[in-house]
Formats: sequence, C-alpha cells, structure tokens
Amino acid sequence: MSGMIIQGKTGDWEVICGLEIHCQILSKSKIFSGASTHYGSEVNENVSFIDAGMPGMLPTLNEECVSQAVKTGLGLNAKINNYSAFARKNYFYADLPQGYQITQFQYPIVGEGFVKIELENGETKDIGIERLHIEQDAGKSIHDISPTKSFIDLNRAGVGLMEIVTKPDFRSPEEAGAFLRKLRSIVRYLGTCDGNMDEGSMRCDVNVSVRKVGEDGFRTRNEMKNVNSVKFVMQAIEFEARRHVEVYESGGQIEQETRQFNPTTCTTKAMRKKEYAHDYRYFPEPDLPPLVLSDEYINNIKNDMVELPDAKKERFVKELGLTPYDASVICENKEVAEFFEKAASGHDAKKVANWLMGDFFAMLNEKKITLAESPISAENLGALVELVSKNVINGKTAKDVFAIMAATGEAPEKIVEEKGLKQVTDVGAIEKVVDEILANNQANVEAYKAGKTNLIGWFVGQVMKASQGKANPEVVNKLLKQKLG
Amino acid sequence: MSIDANTVKKIAFLSHLKIEDDKVAATQEEFNKILQWVDQLKEVDTDNVEPLVSVNNEHLRLRQDEVTEGNQAEAVLANAPVKEYGYFVVPKVVE
Amino acid sequence: MMTDLTELTIAEASAGLKKKEFTAVELTEAYIANMDKHRNLNAYVCETPDKAIAQAKISQEKINSGQGGDLEGIPLGIKDLFCTKGIATTACSNILKGFVPPYESTVTANLLQAGANFLGKLNLDEFAMGGSNETSAFGPVINPWSKDVPLVPGGSSGGSAAAVAANMCAAATGTDTGGSIRQPAAFCGVTGIKPTYGRCSRYGIIAFASSLDQAGPIAKDVTDCAIMLKAMAGFDNKDSTSSQQPVPDFCKVLGADIKGMRIGIPKEYRVDGLNSEIASYWDKAAAMLKDKGAEIVEISLPHTKYALAVYYIIAPAEASSNLARYDGLRYGNRVDGEHLDDMYTNSRTAGFGKEVKRRIMIGTYVLSAGYYDAYYLKAQKVRRLIRDDFIKAFEKCDVILTPTAPSAAFAIGDESMQKDPITMWLNDIFTVSVSLAGLPAMSLPIGLNHDGLPLGMQIIGKSFDEENVFKAGYCLEQQAGFKRK
Repeated sequence: MSGMIIQGKTGDWEVICGLEIHCQILSKSKIFSGASTHYGSEVNENVSFIDAGMPGMLPTLNEECVSQAVKTGLGLNAKINNYSAFARKNYFYADLPQGYQITQFQYPIVGEGFVKIELENGETKDIGIERLHIEQDAGKSIHDISPTKSFIDLNRAGVGLMEIVTKPDFRSPEEAGAFLRKLRSIVRYLGTCDGNMDEGSMRCDVNVSVRKVGEDGFRTRNEMKNVNSVKFVMQAIEFEARRHVEVYESGGQIEQETRQFNPTTCTTKAMRKKEYAHDYRYFPEPDLPPLVLSDEYINNIKNDMVELPDAKKERFVKELGLTPYDASVICENKEVAEFFEKAASGHDAKKVANWLMGDFFAMLNEKKITLAESPISAENLGALVELVSKNVINGKTAKDVFAIMAATGEAPEKIVEEKGLKQVTDVGAIEKVVDEILANNQANVEAYKAGKTNLIGWFVGQVMKASQGKANPEVVNKLLKQKLG
Repeated sequence: MSIDANTVKKIAFLSHLKIEDDKVAATQEEFNKILQWVDQLKEVDTDNVEPLVSVNNEHLRLRQDEVTEGNQAEAVLANAPVKEYGYFVVPKVVE
Repeated sequence: MMTDLTELTIAEASAGLKKKEFTAVELTEAYIANMDKHRNLNAYVCETPDKAIAQAKISQEKINSGQGGDLEGIPLGIKDLFCTKGIATTACSNILKGFVPPYESTVTANLLQAGANFLGKLNLDEFAMGGSNETSAFGPVINPWSKDVPLVPGGSSGGSAAAVAANMCAAATGTDTGGSIRQPAAFCGVTGIKPTYGRCSRYGIIAFASSLDQAGPIAKDVTDCAIMLKAMAGFDNKDSTSSQQPVPDFCKVLGADIKGMRIGIPKEYRVDGLNSEIASYWDKAAAMLKDKGAEIVEISLPHTKYALAVYYIIAPAEASSNLARYDGLRYGNRVDGEHLDDMYTNSRTAGFGKEVKRRIMIGTYVLSAGYYDAYYLKAQKVRRLIRDDFIKAFEKCDVILTPTAPSAAFAIGDESMQKDPITMWLNDIFTVSVSLAGLPAMSLPIGLNHDGLPLGMQIIGKSFDEENVFKAGYCLEQQAGFKRK
C-alpha cells in the first residue's frame, strides 16, 4: 500500500489525483501548417499565415504528428482508434490567433491504456490512461516587458501537442512523480517528445481531491495548471490535499476551481474566476474531415517500435540478473540503458550495474556533465569490471583506476599496466608480508587472541598498506585468520 | 425554449460583443422569436439518425512533415494595428 | 467595329481576341469605362484598373504569340470575400478595414493563371451574411434592373450579380453558403452556379460557414459559367475539404441532347402562397425541357420545410467560431481598451454590423453548454435527413428543377424584411437545402415578371455531376431566350 494517508482530526483521509499532461510532439513542422517547430528562433519567425489565424487560412494535418501520437499510444499500452475527429474549442486569448483551438474531443486518436510504475518499496502499480488526443499549442504572451502592454510571439502557436489524460488513479505524490518519470522515459525512448518540463515541452495539469478512507465516489476536485517539474507536481498534490482536509475539517466546502501552484511558497491559490469563461462550445472542426487510420498503418508503426523501458527492464532482470530496482533505474533513460548494455556486454552485468549507478553517476554529477560527455566509455567501464572479476586488480585499486580513467579517459588495462597496479595473488609473497606485520605488532596479536577479534580489519589494512594496495584482500584475510588462530 | 436576460448577457460575453443594458430586452425578444421558429425541428423524429458533420466523403489527407513556410515575420506583422520589437502588442492581459 | 465590347460574353470576347478584332487592353478599358458609368450602383468596393490594364498588356502579348489560358485577357470582378495578394480585402466589414492579404486565394490564383485580369473587388453582404447586400459596411448595391425605386441585387454576392448584369465585368466570382450565388443571379437576371462542395478550394476565401461555403461563378450565360467554373475548380492540397475528383470540361456537354433526361419536380417546393408568376414560369420551364425530350417526374423531398431552421443553426454556429479571429489583434480595425478583453469587445462591437452580431450570438447560443444537443446536434441530424432525401430523389431523376427564389428583387430598405430577420431569411427557402446537401445547383434567368423584373430557375444536380446541370441549363437557356439587360 503506497497511498498517502492524511491523519485529520476527524479521521483518515486519502488523496485522489489525476494528471493531464501536454507533450509537445517532436516533428519538423507544425501540426496544421508548414512552419518550423524550431525552439529559440527570432520572434514570429516560425509563423505561417495559418498559425497567425489570417482570414481564409485552412489547416492541413501533419502525418508525423499522427504517427508520433500512434507510437506514443502504443507505448502507453493503449487502444489506437481507427476513427478519430477534430473539434474546435472556442475561447478568446491573446496567444490563440484563431479564437479557437483545434483539438480532439469526442473522438480522440488514442483510447484507454495503462502505464506500470515502480515505487521505491519495490511495489508496482498500473496507472490507467483515459485517452490521448492531438491538438495545437498556443503562442506565447509576454507580460513583463511593459506594465501596460502584453507582447505576443506566435512561434509556438500551432506546434503539435499530445494531451495525455490519466484516470484518477494516483493515491500519493510519490505515485504521480513515478508516473511522470515513467511517461517522460517512454516518450524519450520513442522519440515522440523531448520530455523537458523546464522548457515547457512537457506540461502538467494536476487534479486533486480527497476523501475519507473507505468512502465511495469522489469529492470536488481542484485543478492546478501548468505545474512545470516533477518535484512541483508532488509538492502541489501534497499541499492541495492537506488544504482540502483542512477545509473539510473546519466545516468548509471545496469549490471546483482552477488554482495556481507557487513553487517558491509551495502553496496554491485560486485563479481569478471569469464568469462563464469555461463554456468552450466544442463542435466538430468543419475544415478537417475525420481521421481514418487503417489497421495496416497502425501495424506498420507497431512493428517499427523500439524496445520500451518495461520490456528492456524485464530483459535485464531475466537475462542479465539485475534486481528489478536496479533494472528500472537503468532503464528510465534510454541512453543510460544503451550505455549499460554496451558496458555489460561480455562482463558481469550486476557488477557493471553497481559501478554505473555508484561511482560512474557520481562522477557525472561531480563533473556536471551528461552521459554523452563522459570521459569513460562504456567499453572501458566494462573492461574495468572485468579486471576486478579476473582478480587482476582488487576493488580498492579499481577505485583508483576509475579516478584516473575519469581524469584521462584512458583504458583501464593501460593504466594498470603503466602504473604497475596488478594485484599480488602469489600467496607466498603475501604470506611474507603478513608474517612481517604480525611479528612487528605482537601487542595487537595478543589482544586479538584475547578476544578483540575486530582487530582483524586493522591487520588487513596494515598488510594492504605494506603491499601498496596490490595484495588480494581475500588472500590476506584468509592468511591472517589462519595465523591468528 | 426561451431565453432570459441573463442568458443574453452570457452569450454577449462569450461572443465578446457589448450589449447596452437598454438593448437587452429587445435582443431577448428577437432571440426568442428566432428560437421559437427553429423549434419546429422538434417535430422531426431523429432517433437513430447520425448527425451529418460534413457532406465531404473523402477521408482526411495527411501532409508530409516538411518545413515549407516561415521566415516571413514582416508579412505576418504587416497588418498588425500595433507591433513592437517584432511582437504583436496588446493592452495588458489580466490573468 | 463593335459598339460595346462589354456586351460580349467571355466566349465571344475570347474569340474576338484571338481573331485580333480588338485587344485585351481595349476590352479591359471598355469595362473600366462602364465601371465609371455605373458607379452609382455601388457594385465595386475597391477598383484596380491600373493592375487590370497591366495584366491585360501581358495577356495581349501572350495572345499575339498564340499562347494564353482559357480566360486570357478577360476582365473579371472578384467578390471581396476572396483574399487577393496586395489588394485590400474586407468581406465588406468594418472590422477588416485596411486589411491587405499577403497571400492569394486558390480560386483567384487559378483565374489569374488562366489569364484573367481583375478589375476590382465587389460588394457583398458583410461576411456574406445576408440576402440583399444591405448588410455591407460599404452600403447597399443597387440592382441594375431598378426602375423608380432602388431594388436590392440579392445577396450575398450582390455586387457580383449587379456588376455582371450591368456589364461592369465579363464575369465575377461569387460564394454560396445558403444561396448567395443563385439568389442574386436570379434577382439580377444573370447566371450563376454553386458547384458541389469540395469542387473549388476554400483556401483564401474568408470563411462564413465552413461546411457550406463554396465558390462559384456569376456570368452572363451558361457557357460563360462553364468556362469560369472549369478555371476556378480543382483539387487543392491546402484545403482538406477539397475534392480529388477530376474536373471535366463542362463546355463539352453544352448543347448535348437531353432526350430521356429525367427532370425531378419536388412537390414540397410548391409552398403555400407561392408567387403565381413564379409558379407558372416553373411549369413553363418544365414544359420547355419536356419539349426537348426530357421526362418530367414528380419527386419528394419531405424534409424541405426544415432546411431553413437547420441552416440558421448550423451556419451561425460555424460563423460564431470562424469570426472569433477578428479581434483587432493581428489585423483589421482595433478599438483600444484598458485591458485585452476590453479591446476585444470594443473592436468587435464597433467592427461588426447588426446582422453579423446577431448570427454570432445565435451561433454562440446553439453551441453553448446545455443547448448543443437541442439545437446544433439536432440540426446536424436533420441535415442528414435532408441530404438523404436528395439521394433518394436522385434514384428517380437526373436533375431537379425548382424556382431559385420565392420572389423577384425587392426594394432596398423593404420594411417587412427589415423588421423581422426571419422574413429576410425566407428568401433562401429554395436554395438552402441544396447547400446543406452539398450539391451543385445553377440559377439562370427564365423571364420577367409583371414589373419587368427577372426571375430565376434553379437546376440541382447530383454530387459532382455539374455536367448534367450544365446540359439541362444550357437547353433551358436556349428555350427561354431570355434577353439580358
């Protein structure tokens, strides 16, 4: 049970949460026009007359946006609809040039599906997907240039979006966080969205309500729009759920409203209510006939799908012997998984995983670099593990070699060779050192024999030091125990 | 169906059109007349009739993902009543 | 030497140009002179004589070298609903005052490609919403047939019909949403055809009701309509509702034998109180076709009486959304306000005329929460029944013959029309069901009423069967021998 329980004065409350995620579709041109989707161009440079809502302009649908949505739908284990249709959502806003958004309403391109999430306690949970539909993004209003004016840039207007709606299946902030990370991983694997929440290419609306444990049905929910990081989503759920409990317990009622999450204060506040503002008057888009996809079209995409994180994870557990937790951490990021697979090839995969998740990630963090910029190649990481497995060097030496690799990018074999770091496994040579240490430290030998057996570590250390770290620690340990009785 | 003054105001709001208070009653009356007239549709039995969205029988065609337009900010902005620094400019948006 | 070149039809003028009887510049100048002479009719809202002459010169060179398209050197008038690159386009609304499109509509581009030159932009009802041209921000057009009292030319393509009737252009473009080509053609004693929905691209035509709007020609006779439509029509990948059906050479069927052609007469069109002169012309027209070997069959279109109500739900609904883009932000007339919403409301309130506002509000209402099913959805269902009526009727006939309008042209400012919008809307009674079904239909003059005003007959064809419409229309034209103004 991973659900979050809020202990109130009147009893225990559970959190109910659903997410709506807008993912910008990766495509060269916009969903309904031939203008570029390039991020960071000059103001209003990537704008067609269609995007600007000029009189008489008509939309035409980008094939890539359709196939990307189908791919994503398949990645969400969802039903792809052979028939879908576009609708207009009518509202006035400065960055919505047509005065309506072309979206899908009654007939989305993707229906129900699910995403499996892994929780830290090792449990998994299926989060239901309600639907995925495609639509156009709005432009950008810039409010902070002038106190009396707003500035409008339409470069983003018309970029394709996938809106993914989950079922209200989340029972804790942790679950929502795990889902978002998983979703981001899936779209990145598929190459359908870059998943960057801080750049706004993935944006999240959060719906939260609470109910008494054991209560049926749902209470009124509040929506928080455009929460732009996984951490903020989790904080927003937590704050909002606690607020609801407080309101109910002090005799109040929750009103359905849209609220804004403030990341600085970690609180939410109601947005200005506009009377009737939410009557969107959806109706079928008369400029676009229905979208009909053949089974063949869908199957072609299906046959072309890359291996998704879940399948990869399962394979890593089954074939490479990773623990489910390690496998899911490694598989969250496609590049990491690929790096790992390359590094582990022909070597002890579990040990490679340990190195990867330990020293290797620490090294990247410390250097503040990405995986692609790593000085240590996958092959070299694998080779280092191999040197340890074959007892060429011991674990401690390996750490030193790793540090040199991180600094120079050299192959571990070369480092070991050049620096003479091969470990001594010759029992006779080690025995000589052991004997010397025991002879020089009679007092401690006596103490050990009198029962202070934890001195063994000290003896090991002395031997290692004397051998400049090259002695095989296992052999050292064994000999010491023999000789100390 | 008939509509009240409040509905007239709501429709004007949604349409972004101003109706002076002294015109609300007249508009309401005119609307009710029109709605009464279209109410004749109620006579038609439309059970099991699919709505006809379009007379077009062809399916939606898909366009190749190619950049074919853009780099025309000047033309896009040419008709703008107010523009500055390459942006369209409007009075402050109240959130 | 010809007395007046503007009397010539396109077919005649083209022949004359080829035979070098006169030049394209002379032809164009003759029309320009007529535009000056009849400026009181208020048919043009923007005149481009210099451009027309310049184009005519280019045409003449082509003619001299034996090249040129089907409309080489022919001067046309363009309804001011078609966006014309570099030429002000207003939809005859104050909200688009000063708007100069940076693009060309597909239909006008096709006409230019065929060698035509444009004399200017023609008056219409604001955003094509009206049946009398009285809602234009540029004031009403006067019907050239007016005697003592100025009469309306019909609408919305009133400027187009009047300009053709008064020889102020060789032919004109029109658009038809519920009768906007056919009714003004009938009122002005000229010929017009609304082709099948999807025949002409809507790209660059300012949208009124997207599922109904179709462009078509208004011309001096059936032959000219055939020449014009062939040039205007054709598949356009910029309009997703544009049809891929090949465009036949309509001229080829003109004069073909109509023996055995089945002419449907819908009994429901003989409405109570149908004007007796119109009823008798209807009978005469049927007799004329019968004389030439056609078979007259009675058909039934049982849902005819509901067509107007369906139309006045669907068209305003789509219009309310299509006209949302006129907000004073990116183009057109802006009336400032303190905040963005004030600016929107001020601009729209000042920019739209009364009839447009009425339709925006009706459309908004029928789409709004709680009313969608009762009005919009219901209307779409009845629309299907209306279309199915035609499909069934066409099992028994090849074309359908009806009057175009329930009356001849009425006086500008007619009190009963002004008092009650529904009375004005009833003018569309014979034309709207055809629009709802998306079928091709032609109006051609059949004779004069007791006041000496022209009356029109409508010939309706099957979907994409304009050829039979032209065939029957040409035959009726020959039989009726109507003398143009």
